[in-house]
Amino acid sequence: MEEVREGLFYTKEHEWVKIEDNFATFGITDHAQHALGDVTFVELPKAGAELAQGKMFATIESVKAASDVFAPLSGIVVKVNSDLVNKPESINKSPYGEAWFVAVEIKNEAEKKNLMDAAAYKDYLGGLK
Amino acid sequence: MNFVPHTQADIQEMLKAIGVSSVEDLFKDISPGLRAKSFNLPQGLSELEVVEYCRNLSSLNSSGLKNFLGAGFYQHFIPAAVDELAGRSEFYTAYTPYQPESSQGWLQSIYEYQTAICELTGLDVANASLYDGGTAIFEAAMMALRITGRNKIILDSGVNFIYRSMLYSYTANLNIEFVETQVVHGQSCREEVYKYLDDKTAAIILQNPNFFGAVDDHTDIVEKAHSFGCLVIESVYPISLGMLKTPAEMGVDIAVGEGQSLGLPLSFGGPYLGFMCVKKDFVRKMPGRIVGATLDKEGKRGFVLTLQAREQHIRREKATSNICSNQALCALRAVIYLSLIGKEGLKELAELNYQKSEFAKELLAKIPKVEVKRSSPTFNEFTIVLPKRVDHVIKKMTAKGFIAGFPLGKYYKGMDNYLLVTVTEIKSKDNIVDFAKALEEVLVA
Amino acid sequence: MQLIFEKSKPGRRAVKLPRLDVPIKTGLAAKYLRRKEADLPQASELDIVRHFTNLSRMNFSVDTNFYPLGSCTMKYNPKFTEKIARMEGFSDIHPLIWQLEAGEKFAQGALEVVYQLERLLSEITGMSAFTTQPLAGAHGELTGVMLIAAYHKAKGNRRKYVIVPDSSHGTNPASAAIAGYEVVVIPSDKNGFMDLEIFKSKLNPDVAAVMLTCPNTLGIFESQIGQICEAAHKVDALVYYDGANLNAILGKARPGDFGFDVVHLNLHKSFGTPHGGGGPGSGPVGVSKKLDEFLPVPRLIKDADGTIKPEFNRPKSIGRIAPFYGNFGVMLRAYAYILFLGKSGLIEVAEAAVLNANYCRVKLKEYFDLPYDRVCMHECVFSATRQKLNGVSALDIAKYLIEKRIHPPTIYFPLIVPEAIMIEPTETESKETLDNFIKVMKEAAAFAISDPQRLKDAPQNTQVSRLDEAKAVRDLDLRWHPL
Repeated sequence: MEEVREGLFYTKEHEWVKIEDNFATFGITDHAQHALGDVTFVELPKAGAELAQGKMFATIESVKAASDVFAPLSGIVVKVNSDLVNKPESINKSPYGEAWFVAVEIKNEAEKKNLMDAAAYKDYLGGLK
Repeated sequence: MNFVPHTQADIQEMLKAIGVSSVEDLFKDISPGLRAKSFNLPQGLSELEVVEYCRNLSSLNSSGLKNFLGAGFYQHFIPAAVDELAGRSEFYTAYTPYQPESSQGWLQSIYEYQTAICELTGLDVANASLYDGGTAIFEAAMMALRITGRNKIILDSGVNFIYRSMLYSYTANLNIEFVETQVVHGQSCREEVYKYLDDKTAAIILQNPNFFGAVDDHTDIVEKAHSFGCLVIESVYPISLGMLKTPAEMGVDIAVGEGQSLGLPLSFGGPYLGFMCVKKDFVRKMPGRIVGATLDKEGKRGFVLTLQAREQHIRREKATSNICSNQALCALRAVIYLSLIGKEGLKELAELNYQKSEFAKELLAKIPKVEVKRSSPTFNEFTIVLPKRVDHVIKKMTAKGFIAGFPLGKYYKGMDNYLLVTVTEIKSKDNIVDFAKALEEVLVA
Repeated sequence: MQLIFEKSKPGRRAVKLPRLDVPIKTGLAAKYLRRKEADLPQASELDIVRHFTNLSRMNFSVDTNFYPLGSCTMKYNPKFTEKIARMEGFSDIHPLIWQLEAGEKFAQGALEVVYQLERLLSEITGMSAFTTQPLAGAHGELTGVMLIAAYHKAKGNRRKYVIVPDSSHGTNPASAAIAGYEVVVIPSDKNGFMDLEIFKSKLNPDVAAVMLTCPNTLGIFESQIGQICEAAHKVDALVYYDGANLNAILGKARPGDFGFDVVHLNLHKSFGTPHGGGGPGSGPVGVSKKLDEFLPVPRLIKDADGTIKPEFNRPKSIGRIAPFYGNFGVMLRAYAYILFLGKSGLIEVAEAAVLNANYCRVKLKEYFDLPYDRVCMHECVFSATRQKLNGVSALDIAKYLIEKRIHPPTIYFPLIVPEAIMIEPTETESKETLDNFIKVMKEAAAFAISDPQRLKDAPQNTQVSRLDEAKAVRDLDLRWHPL
């Protein structure tokens, strides 16, 4: 079954966000990794990059698909998961853990209202089927 | 007939299964208003008639002339085994190897082709081929723009004029700034290249040997380019790499070229073969098909199309290129040719081309009022200056059974008397002596 | 099988070159010479002949297997066209000769082929003029979009967008993007047609063109094609015809008559030239009258005395898009093919292609989902969604077909059909061949219910079993390295 983890926030494009104080960590959901299949390549932004909500900030490739990843919130990248670039398959194994993409310093708190909580995301996934 | 195997009985049975009474019923979606307004074609012919008609057309062409014309497209010896092997219909009636389990022959031969191209150029990764040498330059230029995020290109005018004009056609609607630099004493003009080189320059495009046949060592240009974060693309003549410094040895980032000389006939302009070979860091930005080795479920080596997420069938408008096919059958000819010529043979072949061309230079220099340009070394192609307009000379030389070469004045101002002459291994000493004699006669007359 | 490089042995040679018969001169200065030699194979001629002969036998091909690869038109490739292409009078002609002083007389036979083929293709498609320069279908698309850009530019505004339906070939949006356009994608409606209302809502004077495949990639002839052309022309947007599926309508309908402005054809699909393992192809482009002046140079013109010559003086031309006059060897085969079939033969092609596709459609629709259930043209698109419920994918079915020595149909395309299986039998296949294919497809459908693992384990009788494609990307191995 596709896992939706409690305590995280979600987007319609299947990214997740973990918010701690003024910082947010981004990744893609279990649903997204299932849809992509074996992930083979990830391209991440550099630390210091400025991300804008809803705009592409990373790309992922699997054997037969390529997908853009959109920033769930605006902010400045403070940490990049460089291990992910060398081990893209961890996105399939541990989408909510090991396979986080970047951490950002949140720029605009108000944007949080555009995100779904776990319950809302579950409903949203239900509606897609 | 017409390669349709159905008997009347087959057709009736199939129509019945479908549940319609005539074939025409299957075309009902095409309303009368959309039907063909005309289809005025000749009636069909038999095989015998078509072959004879085409044989007659082929006899109207000039295959008997002794050819000293190259200009980027060369007549070389093609071993019979190339035609025989590439002519196997298990190769030529297959398509792109989408299903690896039923295409290992094709996939392995492309992997071998990629290896051979890497060995020739010295660079790390080759793709499965592009259409031709000109489109390969365009693809390389687009790749450099993607990698650097810049939009200025320095184009050496020693690059084949045909390829330069193709590049301008393709980029007419794109925001790219081109600067064309001069050739001085046969070689790339460093002074001018460095004048335009800056931190907005994505790439410098060079050719070796260049269009005038001159051999160069671009190491210094590459070093300078890299100090500005600019890439260098070099178009190379694969046969010359049996002798000449490789793009990798000069530090070049992307090597491309026309692979026609690797076992493909001139065939009035195509099909040809564009090759591309790059440093390994750029592999994901490369256009075209790429074959890789992997393992099957039992751990046995096999080959697959790989890095497909770059390509149009997945990335659509964001793909690295719109190219869908490769020139597989031409690439196959190239790898068969290179296998037959072999490691030692390629060096010998390059030496034959060089020595015969040097011999021709010496003979032609003895003709009164003919000047052989010697300001830079050459491989198998060189420039001479005649005391007369070249087009008239060419015309008279054809009457004597020779295609004398390429008239540079057609594309370069002030070079009306310049002729570009090519001598490959297929010319015997006697052929060269006869050519020089014929040219002297034409010039004296 | 070992690589030819692995079979190599130092000192072994194949080709004997002529001895050097001229006096030896000093070589080039060291700085111009390569230091590391190219490690090419060292093998005997027999080694090489055996190697590549055996490789050839490791492929499925039209000459050895049924090959119903949808959208690719894998019809039989006649042998006499190969014979013609190898005639020395064609294969040995230098492409520059006709552009030299008085040189055209040495290539009149070759030029006649090109000149006549351009006219035949114009009549077949109802277009005003053709260029045979584009080197493949996708190259034709790029050329076509460049022509469209030149047309709008001449009117003072190049425009910004190109519209494509979501069922289009990936090359359509990729070609438009490379030519500098932004791509607007229109969804398909429940009939599998481009949604007309959404299409109209996106049409505006910034749209340069709309690119369509007709019949579309579902194998359906979109009856609204005339309306689409009309609506586009109202805002002076041009309409582009992707000719991948022309085989279905040869002699029945012509894109020029529908109102298309630009057409590309794939000679390796509709006109019987070999696919060559992925190329060379040839992608001639036809245009309506208003685009004629923008066609690539040189154009071929025929003098009063019948001599064909190059014409470069076309100020509005988009320039050169190929070094010469396209993939001549491919055109030559297509020309011979058209001469052989003639008018009635080409019509027979379309009729038998459509008959064969509908026969497969009807015979299999009980066993596989048919998302767009209606009379099809040259191909039909099934979906393995029913089988997917048992864990069997379109890929598994494809691998079972390979085991049964049938090349699989195109799978996972068009993208709008989940688990798509796109079958294009072509006109050259007999009822017996189709019946055997239908039988094997039914077997696969039965296994999907009784023993899904059987399909997951396929193919079991090939040189290699299923290959790890993820590993191929993660641990890139793109060439052999000397030990």
